[in-house]
Amino acid sequence: MSKASHANPALLDISEVSKAFGSVEVLRSVSLKVTRGEVVTVIGPSGSGKTTLLRCVNFLESYDNGSIRIDGKEVGYREAGTRQRRSERDLAAMRAETGMVFQSFNLFPHLTAAGNIMLGLRKVRGKSNAEARTIAEHWLGRVGLAHKADSLPAELSGGQQQRVGIARAVAMEPKILLLDEITSALDPELVGEVLEVVRSLAEDGMTMLMVTHEMAFARDASSRIVFMADGGVSAVGPPAEILAADFDNERLRSFLARFRASHF
Amino acid sequence: MLSQIIYALPFLAQGFAVTLWVSLLVVVLSLIAGVLMGVGLVYGPAPLRWAVRIFSDTIRGIPILVLIFFVYYGLPAVGLHLESFWAAVLALTLFKTAQVVEYLRGAVGSIPKGQSEAAMAIGLTFRQRLAYVIFPQAFRRFLPPWINGVTDAVKGSALVSLLGITDLMQAINQVIGRTYEAMPLYLLGALVYFAVNYALSLASRRLERRFSFIRE
Repeated sequence: MSKASHANPALLDISEVSKAFGSVEVLRSVSLKVTRGEVVTVIGPSGSGKTTLLRCVNFLESYDNGSIRIDGKEVGYREAGTRQRRSERDLAAMRAETGMVFQSFNLFPHLTAAGNIMLGLRKVRGKSNAEARTIAEHWLGRVGLAHKADSLPAELSGGQQQRVGIARAVAMEPKILLLDEITSALDPELVGEVLEVVRSLAEDGMTMLMVTHEMAFARDASSRIVFMADGGVSAVGPPAEILAADFDNERLRSFLARFRASHF
Repeated sequence: MLSQIIYALPFLAQGFAVTLWVSLLVVVLSLIAGVLMGVGLVYGPAPLRWAVRIFSDTIRGIPILVLIFFVYYGLPAVGLHLESFWAAVLALTLFKTAQVVEYLRGAVGSIPKGQSEAAMAIGLTFRQRLAYVIFPQAFRRFLPPWINGVTDAVKGSALVSLLGITDLMQAINQVIGRTYEAMPLYLLGALVYFAVNYALSLASRRLERRFSFIRE
Protein backbone atom coordinates (compact mmCIF):
# COMPACT_ATOMS: atom_id res chain seq x y z
CA MET A 1 0.00 0.00 0.00
CA SER A 2 1.13 3.57 -0.60
CA LYS A 3 2.71 5.79 2.03
CA ALA A 4 -0.27 8.12 1.95
CA SER A 5 -2.44 5.55 3.68
CA HIS A 6 -0.08 5.56 6.63
CA ALA A 7 -0.05 9.33 6.88
CA ASN A 8 -3.86 9.57 6.65
CA PRO A 9 -6.05 7.53 8.91
CA ALA A 10 -8.77 5.76 6.95
CA LEU A 11 -11.64 8.00 5.87
CA LEU A 12 -13.94 5.00 5.87
CA ASP A 13 -13.19 2.28 8.36
CA ILE A 14 -15.38 -0.80 8.18
CA SER A 15 -14.43 -3.17 10.95
CA GLU A 16 -15.72 -6.71 11.39
CA VAL A 17 -19.24 -5.89 10.22
CA SER A 18 -21.74 -8.73 10.24
CA LYS A 19 -25.34 -8.86 9.24
CA ALA A 20 -27.93 -11.58 8.91
CA PHE A 21 -31.37 -11.60 7.32
CA GLY A 22 -32.99 -14.22 9.52
CA SER A 23 -30.73 -17.24 9.31
CA VAL A 24 -28.94 -16.05 6.16
CA GLU A 25 -25.61 -14.38 6.90
CA VAL A 26 -25.20 -11.69 4.24
CA LEU A 27 -22.11 -10.08 5.76
CA ARG A 28 -19.52 -12.08 7.68
CA SER A 29 -17.09 -10.00 9.65
CA VAL A 30 -16.24 -7.66 6.78
CA SER A 31 -13.35 -5.27 7.31
CA LEU A 32 -12.26 -2.67 4.80
CA LYS A 33 -10.48 0.66 4.99
CA VAL A 34 -10.73 3.38 2.38
CA THR A 35 -8.36 6.34 2.54
CA ARG A 36 -9.09 9.82 1.25
CA GLY A 37 -8.93 10.04 -2.52
CA GLU A 38 -9.03 6.30 -3.02
CA VAL A 39 -11.38 4.60 -5.46
CA VAL A 40 -12.25 1.15 -4.17
CA THR A 41 -14.30 -1.21 -6.28
CA VAL A 42 -16.20 -4.17 -4.88
CA ILE A 43 -16.77 -7.08 -7.22
CA GLY A 44 -18.22 -10.50 -6.67
CA PRO A 45 -21.05 -12.83 -7.63
CA SER A 46 -24.62 -11.75 -6.93
CA GLY A 47 -25.63 -12.53 -3.38
CA SER A 48 -22.08 -12.01 -2.14
CA GLY A 49 -23.13 -9.02 -0.02
CA LYS A 50 -21.59 -6.21 -2.10
CA THR A 51 -24.66 -4.04 -2.27
CA THR A 52 -25.60 -4.72 1.34
CA LEU A 53 -22.14 -3.61 2.45
CA LEU A 54 -22.49 -0.39 0.47
CA ARG A 55 -25.92 0.27 1.97
CA CYS A 56 -24.58 -0.23 5.49
CA VAL A 57 -22.08 2.58 4.96
CA ASN A 58 -24.85 5.19 4.84
CA PHE A 59 -27.11 3.14 7.08
CA LEU A 60 -29.82 2.41 4.55
CA GLU A 61 -29.29 -1.02 6.07
CA SER A 62 -28.58 -1.64 9.72
CA TYR A 63 -25.93 -4.15 10.72
CA ASP A 64 -25.79 -6.55 13.64
CA ASN A 65 -22.16 -6.44 14.74
CA GLY A 66 -18.99 -4.54 14.12
CA SER A 67 -18.46 -0.88 13.44
CA ILE A 68 -18.41 1.50 10.51
CA ARG A 69 -16.69 4.83 10.94
CA ILE A 70 -16.45 7.76 8.59
CA ASP A 71 -13.79 10.27 9.56
CA GLY A 72 -13.63 8.56 12.95
CA LYS A 73 -17.35 8.93 13.60
CA GLU A 74 -19.50 5.88 14.17
CA VAL A 75 -22.23 5.50 11.53
CA GLY A 76 -25.72 4.46 12.50
CA TYR A 77 -25.19 3.57 16.12
CA ARG A 78 -24.39 5.85 19.01
CA GLU A 79 -21.31 3.92 20.06
CA ALA A 80 -19.55 0.90 18.65
CA GLY A 81 -20.69 -2.06 20.67
CA THR A 82 -24.06 -0.65 21.72
CA ARG A 83 -26.80 -1.30 19.23
CA GLN A 84 -28.55 1.95 20.04
CA ARG A 85 -29.55 3.65 16.81
CA ARG A 86 -28.75 7.28 16.34
CA SER A 87 -31.65 9.71 16.38
CA GLU A 88 -33.42 10.49 13.13
CA ARG A 89 -31.79 13.92 13.03
CA ASP A 90 -28.31 12.48 13.63
CA LEU A 91 -28.77 9.82 10.98
CA ALA A 92 -29.90 12.40 8.44
CA ALA A 93 -26.87 14.56 9.21
CA MET A 94 -24.52 11.59 8.83
CA ARG A 95 -26.10 10.50 5.58
CA ALA A 96 -25.58 13.98 4.18
CA GLU A 97 -21.83 13.28 4.48
CA THR A 98 -22.04 10.29 2.14
CA GLY A 99 -23.36 10.55 -1.38
CA MET A 100 -25.10 7.62 -2.98
CA VAL A 101 -25.90 6.86 -6.60
CA PHE A 102 -28.39 4.08 -7.23
CA GLN A 103 -28.72 1.41 -9.86
CA SER A 104 -32.27 2.57 -10.65
CA PHE A 105 -31.34 6.31 -10.56
CA ASN A 106 -34.15 7.15 -8.11
CA LEU A 107 -34.46 10.71 -9.32
CA PHE A 108 -37.42 12.58 -7.86
CA PRO A 109 -39.89 12.53 -10.78
CA HIS A 110 -41.77 15.65 -9.66
CA LEU A 111 -38.64 17.82 -9.71
CA THR A 112 -36.54 19.04 -12.62
CA ALA A 113 -32.91 18.00 -13.02
CA ALA A 114 -31.84 21.17 -11.22
CA GLY A 115 -34.61 20.71 -8.65
CA ASN A 116 -33.33 17.23 -7.82
CA ILE A 117 -29.90 18.65 -7.05
CA MET A 118 -31.23 21.71 -5.23
CA LEU A 119 -33.46 19.87 -2.76
CA GLY A 120 -30.66 18.64 -0.51
CA LEU A 121 -28.68 21.84 -0.89
CA ARG A 122 -31.64 23.89 0.30
CA LYS A 123 -33.20 21.69 2.96
CA VAL A 124 -30.08 19.99 4.33
CA ARG A 125 -27.29 22.46 3.61
CA GLY A 126 -29.51 25.49 4.17
CA LYS A 127 -28.50 27.24 0.94
CA SER A 128 -30.70 29.93 -0.54
CA ASN A 129 -32.63 29.19 -3.68
CA ALA A 130 -30.20 31.24 -5.78
CA GLU A 131 -27.08 29.66 -4.26
CA ALA A 132 -28.52 26.18 -4.71
CA ARG A 133 -29.39 26.94 -8.33
CA THR A 134 -25.87 28.14 -9.04
CA ILE A 135 -24.37 24.99 -7.52
CA ALA A 136 -26.85 22.79 -9.39
CA GLU A 137 -25.99 24.46 -12.70
CA HIS A 138 -22.29 24.05 -11.98
CA TRP A 139 -22.66 20.30 -11.44
CA LEU A 140 -25.04 19.83 -14.33
CA GLY A 141 -22.35 21.46 -16.44
CA ARG A 142 -19.76 19.05 -15.04
CA VAL A 143 -21.86 16.05 -16.10
CA GLY A 144 -22.56 17.61 -19.50
CA LEU A 145 -26.22 18.45 -18.89
CA ALA A 146 -26.21 22.22 -18.47
CA HIS A 147 -28.90 22.45 -21.14
CA LYS A 148 -31.19 20.03 -19.28
CA ALA A 149 -31.47 21.92 -15.97
CA ASP A 150 -35.20 22.46 -16.37
CA SER A 151 -36.08 19.05 -17.81
CA LEU A 152 -38.02 16.54 -15.78
CA PRO A 153 -36.46 13.10 -15.26
CA ALA A 154 -39.07 11.53 -17.55
CA GLU A 155 -37.75 13.72 -20.38
CA LEU A 156 -34.18 12.42 -19.99
CA SER A 157 -32.52 9.26 -21.27
CA GLY A 158 -31.30 6.68 -18.76
CA GLY A 159 -27.72 7.84 -19.11
CA GLN A 160 -28.74 11.44 -18.61
CA GLN A 161 -30.84 10.54 -15.57
CA GLN A 162 -27.93 8.72 -14.01
CA ARG A 163 -25.64 11.68 -14.64
CA VAL A 164 -28.15 13.87 -12.81
CA GLY A 165 -28.13 11.22 -10.05
CA ILE A 166 -24.36 11.61 -9.76
CA ALA A 167 -24.60 15.39 -9.81
CA ARG A 168 -27.26 15.25 -7.07
CA ALA A 169 -24.93 13.20 -4.88
CA VAL A 170 -21.70 15.14 -5.41
CA ALA A 171 -23.31 18.57 -5.17
CA MET A 172 -23.72 17.88 -1.44
CA GLU A 173 -19.92 17.68 -1.20
CA PRO A 174 -19.94 14.30 0.49
CA LYS A 175 -16.81 12.90 2.09
CA ILE A 176 -17.30 9.68 0.19
CA LEU A 177 -19.38 8.68 -2.80
CA LEU A 178 -21.11 5.28 -2.89
CA LEU A 179 -21.94 3.94 -6.35
CA ASP A 180 -24.24 0.94 -6.41
CA GLU A 181 -24.10 -0.76 -9.82
CA ILE A 182 -24.86 2.56 -11.41
CA THR A 183 -24.64 1.33 -15.00
CA SER A 184 -26.49 -1.97 -14.61
CA ALA A 185 -29.88 -0.54 -15.60
CA LEU A 186 -28.52 1.26 -18.65
CA ASP A 187 -28.55 0.33 -22.30
CA PRO A 188 -24.99 -0.62 -23.30
CA GLU A 189 -24.51 2.45 -25.49
CA LEU A 190 -25.29 4.75 -22.53
CA VAL A 191 -22.81 3.18 -20.11
CA GLY A 192 -19.80 5.07 -21.43
CA GLU A 193 -21.12 8.57 -20.77
CA VAL A 194 -21.84 7.70 -17.13
CA LEU A 195 -18.48 6.03 -16.52
CA GLU A 196 -16.78 9.04 -18.07
CA VAL A 197 -18.30 11.24 -15.36
CA VAL A 198 -17.15 8.84 -12.63
CA ARG A 199 -13.68 8.81 -14.09
CA SER A 200 -13.45 12.60 -14.02
CA LEU A 201 -14.62 12.66 -10.39
CA ALA A 202 -11.92 10.14 -9.52
CA GLU A 203 -9.34 12.37 -11.20
CA ASP A 204 -10.53 15.22 -8.99
CA GLY A 205 -9.74 13.13 -5.95
CA MET A 206 -13.27 12.15 -4.91
CA THR A 207 -13.18 9.20 -2.52
CA MET A 208 -15.38 6.44 -3.88
CA LEU A 209 -16.60 3.03 -2.94
CA MET A 210 -18.37 1.36 -5.82
CA VAL A 211 -20.00 -1.89 -6.74
CA THR A 212 -19.82 -2.64 -10.43
CA HIS A 213 -19.83 -5.36 -13.04
CA GLU A 214 -17.82 -3.22 -15.45
CA MET A 215 -14.50 -5.03 -15.06
CA ALA A 216 -12.64 -2.93 -17.60
CA PHE A 217 -13.71 0.21 -15.78
CA ALA A 218 -12.83 -1.30 -12.39
CA ARG A 219 -9.39 -2.14 -13.72
CA ASP A 220 -8.76 1.35 -15.11
CA ALA A 221 -10.32 3.55 -12.46
CA SER A 222 -9.75 1.76 -9.12
CA SER A 223 -6.96 2.11 -6.66
CA ARG A 224 -7.93 -1.24 -5.18
CA ILE A 225 -10.41 -4.00 -5.92
CA VAL A 226 -12.20 -5.97 -3.26
CA PHE A 227 -13.53 -9.40 -4.18
CA MET A 228 -16.45 -10.51 -2.03
CA ALA A 229 -17.84 -14.03 -1.81
CA ASP A 230 -20.44 -15.45 0.58
CA GLY A 231 -20.67 -12.26 2.58
CA GLY A 232 -16.97 -11.98 3.28
CA VAL A 233 -13.96 -10.25 1.77
CA SER A 234 -12.18 -12.96 -0.16
CA ALA A 235 -9.39 -10.91 -1.75
CA VAL A 236 -8.18 -7.30 -1.80
CA GLY A 237 -5.48 -5.73 -3.90
CA PRO A 238 -4.53 -3.43 -6.75
CA PRO A 239 -6.45 -4.15 -9.98
CA ALA A 240 -3.47 -5.53 -11.84
CA GLU A 241 -2.97 -8.12 -9.10
CA ILE A 242 -6.60 -9.05 -8.47
CA LEU A 243 -7.54 -9.33 -12.13
CA ALA A 244 -4.39 -11.25 -13.09
CA ALA A 245 -5.10 -14.71 -14.40
CA ASP A 246 -2.74 -16.34 -11.91
CA PHE A 247 -3.95 -14.68 -8.68
CA ASP A 248 -3.89 -17.17 -5.86
CA ASN A 249 -7.59 -17.38 -5.10
CA GLU A 250 -9.61 -20.19 -6.59
CA ARG A 251 -13.02 -18.51 -6.13
CA LEU A 252 -11.86 -15.26 -7.65
CA ARG A 253 -10.35 -17.05 -10.64
CA SER A 254 -13.54 -19.01 -11.30
CA PHE A 255 -15.67 -15.85 -10.84
CA LEU A 256 -13.55 -13.99 -13.37
CA ALA A 257 -13.57 -16.96 -15.75
CA ARG A 258 -17.34 -17.17 -15.61
CA PHE A 259 -17.56 -13.43 -15.93
CA ARG A 260 -15.35 -13.37 -19.02
CA ALA A 261 -17.29 -16.23 -20.55
CA SER A 262 -20.57 -14.34 -20.24
CA HIS A 263 -19.31 -10.85 -21.15
CA PHE A 264 -16.94 -11.32 -24.02
CA MET B 1 -96.88 27.21 -5.50
CA LEU B 2 -93.88 29.09 -6.84
CA SER B 3 -94.49 31.99 -4.49
CA GLN B 4 -94.53 29.62 -1.52
CA ILE B 5 -91.18 28.21 -2.55
CA ILE B 6 -89.71 31.65 -3.14
CA TYR B 7 -91.01 32.64 0.26
CA ALA B 8 -89.16 29.64 1.76
CA LEU B 9 -85.87 30.30 -0.03
CA PRO B 10 -84.11 32.18 2.79
CA PHE B 11 -84.97 29.31 5.14
CA LEU B 12 -83.66 26.78 2.62
CA ALA B 13 -80.50 28.86 2.19
CA GLN B 14 -79.91 28.71 5.93
CA GLY B 15 -80.25 24.94 5.73
CA PHE B 16 -77.82 24.88 2.83
CA ALA B 17 -75.34 26.87 4.90
CA VAL B 18 -75.57 24.25 7.65
CA THR B 19 -74.99 21.49 5.07
CA LEU B 20 -71.88 23.27 3.82
CA TRP B 21 -70.65 23.93 7.36
CA VAL B 22 -71.06 20.30 8.41
CA SER B 23 -69.40 19.10 5.21
CA LEU B 24 -66.49 21.50 5.58
CA LEU B 25 -65.88 20.53 9.22
CA VAL B 26 -66.02 16.85 8.41
CA VAL B 27 -63.75 17.13 5.38
CA VAL B 28 -61.10 19.23 7.12
CA LEU B 29 -61.09 17.30 10.42
CA SER B 30 -61.03 13.92 8.69
CA LEU B 31 -58.23 15.05 6.39
CA ILE B 32 -56.03 16.03 9.32
CA ALA B 33 -56.84 12.96 11.40
CA GLY B 34 -56.72 10.60 8.43
CA VAL B 35 -53.34 11.80 7.15
CA LEU B 36 -51.79 11.57 10.62
CA MET B 37 -53.20 8.11 11.21
CA GLY B 38 -52.32 7.03 7.67
CA VAL B 39 -48.67 8.05 8.20
CA GLY B 40 -48.80 6.06 11.44
CA LEU B 41 -50.16 3.09 9.54
CA VAL B 42 -47.43 3.19 6.90
CA TYR B 43 -44.38 4.22 8.93
CA GLY B 44 -45.30 3.72 12.58
CA PRO B 45 -44.15 1.04 15.02
CA ALA B 46 -46.19 -2.16 15.16
CA PRO B 47 -48.53 -1.22 18.05
CA LEU B 48 -49.51 2.02 16.33
CA ARG B 49 -50.02 0.22 13.02
CA TRP B 50 -52.29 -2.28 14.74
CA ALA B 51 -54.29 0.44 16.49
CA VAL B 52 -54.91 2.31 13.23
CA ARG B 53 -55.70 -0.93 11.40
CA ILE B 54 -58.31 -1.90 13.99
CA PHE B 55 -59.82 1.59 14.01
CA SER B 56 -60.05 1.76 10.24
CA ASP B 57 -61.43 -1.75 9.74
CA THR B 58 -64.00 -1.36 12.52
CA ILE B 59 -65.31 2.02 11.41
CA ARG B 60 -65.51 1.04 7.77
CA GLY B 61 -67.52 -2.02 8.73
CA ILE B 62 -70.27 -0.01 10.40
CA PRO B 63 -73.09 1.72 8.44
CA ILE B 64 -72.72 5.46 8.80
CA LEU B 65 -76.25 5.78 10.14
CA VAL B 66 -75.51 3.34 12.94
CA LEU B 67 -72.39 5.34 13.73
CA ILE B 68 -74.37 8.58 13.99
CA PHE B 69 -76.97 7.07 16.33
CA PHE B 70 -74.27 5.34 18.33
CA VAL B 71 -72.39 8.59 18.96
CA TYR B 72 -75.53 10.58 19.76
CA TYR B 73 -77.59 8.05 21.73
CA GLY B 74 -74.90 5.57 22.77
CA LEU B 75 -72.01 7.68 24.06
CA PRO B 76 -74.05 9.40 26.81
CA ALA B 77 -74.11 5.96 28.46
CA VAL B 78 -70.36 6.35 29.05
CA GLY B 79 -70.74 9.95 30.13
CA LEU B 80 -70.06 11.71 26.83
CA HIS B 81 -72.96 14.01 26.02
CA LEU B 82 -72.65 15.82 22.72
CA GLU B 83 -75.01 18.33 21.20
CA SER B 84 -76.72 16.80 18.19
CA PHE B 85 -74.69 19.00 15.81
CA TRP B 86 -71.33 17.92 17.24
CA ALA B 87 -72.40 14.32 17.62
CA ALA B 88 -73.22 14.28 13.91
CA VAL B 89 -69.94 15.98 12.98
CA LEU B 90 -67.98 13.51 15.14
CA ALA B 91 -69.70 10.47 13.66
CA LEU B 92 -69.25 11.64 10.08
CA THR B 93 -65.63 12.60 10.80
CA LEU B 94 -64.82 9.16 12.23
CA PHE B 95 -66.34 7.55 9.17
CA LYS B 96 -64.47 9.81 6.76
CA THR B 97 -61.19 9.51 8.67
CA ALA B 98 -61.17 5.74 8.19
CA GLN B 99 -61.50 6.31 4.44
CA VAL B 100 -58.78 8.96 4.32
CA VAL B 101 -56.45 6.52 6.11
CA GLU B 102 -56.95 4.03 3.29
CA TYR B 103 -56.51 6.58 0.52
CA LEU B 104 -53.29 7.75 2.12
CA ARG B 105 -51.96 4.24 2.61
CA GLY B 106 -52.69 3.42 -1.01
CA ALA B 107 -51.17 6.62 -2.36
CA VAL B 108 -48.02 6.54 -0.23
CA GLY B 109 -47.64 2.79 -0.72
CA SER B 110 -47.52 3.27 -4.47
CA ILE B 111 -44.35 5.37 -4.29
CA PRO B 112 -41.31 3.14 -4.98
CA LYS B 113 -39.02 2.47 -2.01
CA GLY B 114 -36.09 3.96 -3.93
CA GLN B 115 -37.64 7.39 -3.54
CA SER B 116 -37.40 7.26 0.25
CA GLU B 117 -33.89 5.86 0.02
CA ALA B 118 -32.72 8.57 -2.36
CA ALA B 119 -34.23 11.16 -0.04
CA MET B 120 -32.49 9.57 2.95
CA ALA B 121 -29.21 9.42 1.06
CA ILE B 122 -29.08 13.20 0.60
CA GLY B 123 -29.72 13.64 4.32
CA LEU B 124 -33.39 14.60 4.49
CA THR B 125 -35.11 13.87 7.81
CA PHE B 126 -38.31 11.83 7.99
CA ARG B 127 -40.54 14.89 7.91
CA GLN B 128 -38.60 16.43 5.05
CA ARG B 129 -38.83 13.20 3.09
CA LEU B 130 -42.59 13.19 3.50
CA ALA B 131 -42.99 16.87 2.74
CA TYR B 132 -40.69 17.23 -0.27
CA VAL B 133 -40.47 13.77 -1.81
CA ILE B 134 -43.27 11.40 -0.81
CA PHE B 135 -46.35 13.61 -0.41
CA PRO B 136 -45.89 15.62 -3.62
CA GLN B 137 -45.80 12.35 -5.56
CA ALA B 138 -48.53 10.63 -3.55
CA PHE B 139 -50.81 13.65 -3.90
CA ARG B 140 -51.76 12.83 -7.48
CA ARG B 141 -52.94 9.36 -6.45
CA PHE B 142 -54.56 10.56 -3.26
CA LEU B 143 -56.62 13.26 -4.92
CA PRO B 144 -59.17 11.39 -7.08
CA PRO B 145 -60.46 9.00 -4.38
CA TRP B 146 -60.33 11.77 -1.80
CA ILE B 147 -62.44 14.18 -3.91
CA ASN B 148 -64.85 11.31 -4.42
CA GLY B 149 -64.91 11.02 -0.66
CA VAL B 150 -65.57 14.73 -0.29
CA THR B 151 -68.64 14.48 -2.51
CA ASP B 152 -69.73 11.50 -0.40
CA ALA B 153 -69.31 13.65 2.68
CA VAL B 154 -71.53 16.38 1.22
CA LYS B 155 -74.19 13.82 0.32
CA GLY B 156 -73.77 11.95 3.61
CA SER B 157 -74.24 15.16 5.57
CA ALA B 158 -77.96 14.87 4.75
CA LEU B 159 -78.05 12.16 7.42
CA VAL B 160 -77.61 14.77 10.14
CA SER B 161 -81.24 15.74 9.51
CA LEU B 162 -82.12 12.51 11.33
CA LEU B 163 -80.82 14.07 14.56
CA GLY B 164 -83.12 17.05 14.00
CA ILE B 165 -80.41 19.37 12.71
CA THR B 166 -81.79 21.85 10.20
CA ASP B 167 -79.50 21.26 7.25
CA LEU B 168 -80.67 21.56 3.65
CA MET B 169 -82.41 18.18 3.78
CA GLN B 170 -84.25 18.98 7.01
CA ALA B 171 -85.18 22.46 5.76
CA ILE B 172 -86.67 20.95 2.62
CA ASN B 173 -88.66 18.46 4.66
CA GLN B 174 -90.01 21.23 6.85
CA VAL B 175 -91.04 23.38 3.89
CA ILE B 176 -92.75 20.36 2.33
CA GLY B 177 -94.55 19.85 5.63
CA ARG B 178 -96.04 23.31 5.25
CA THR B 179 -96.62 23.42 1.49
CA TYR B 180 -97.07 19.78 0.39
CA GLU B 181 -94.95 20.62 -2.67
CA ALA B 182 -92.75 17.51 -2.43
CA MET B 183 -91.81 17.17 -6.09
CA PRO B 184 -90.41 20.65 -6.83
CA LEU B 185 -88.69 20.93 -3.45
CA TYR B 186 -86.92 17.59 -3.59
CA LEU B 187 -85.98 18.41 -7.16
CA LEU B 188 -84.50 21.70 -5.97
CA GLY B 189 -82.63 19.87 -3.20
CA ALA B 190 -81.27 17.28 -5.63
CA LEU B 191 -80.12 20.08 -7.95
CA VAL B 192 -78.28 21.89 -5.18
CA TYR B 193 -76.45 18.76 -4.00
CA PHE B 194 -75.63 17.90 -7.58
CA ALA B 195 -74.31 21.39 -8.34
CA VAL B 196 -71.98 21.31 -5.35
CA ASN B 197 -70.63 17.88 -6.16
CA TYR B 198 -70.31 18.57 -9.87
CA ALA B 199 -68.28 21.68 -9.11
CA LEU B 200 -66.06 19.56 -6.85
CA SER B 201 -65.37 16.96 -9.49
CA LEU B 202 -64.59 19.64 -12.05
CA ALA B 203 -62.11 21.18 -9.66
CA SER B 204 -60.62 17.76 -9.03
CA ARG B 205 -60.13 17.05 -12.70
CA ARG B 206 -58.42 20.39 -13.14
CA LEU B 207 -56.09 19.66 -10.20
CA GLU B 208 -55.30 16.20 -11.53
CA ARG B 209 -54.32 17.65 -14.85
CA ARG B 210 -52.03 20.11 -13.12
CA PHE B 211 -50.16 17.23 -11.51
CA SER B 212 -50.20 14.88 -14.47
CA PHE B 213 -46.64 15.86 -15.43
CA ILE B 214 -45.34 13.54 -12.71
CA ARG B 215 -44.53 10.30 -14.43
CA GLU B 216 -42.83 7.40 -12.76
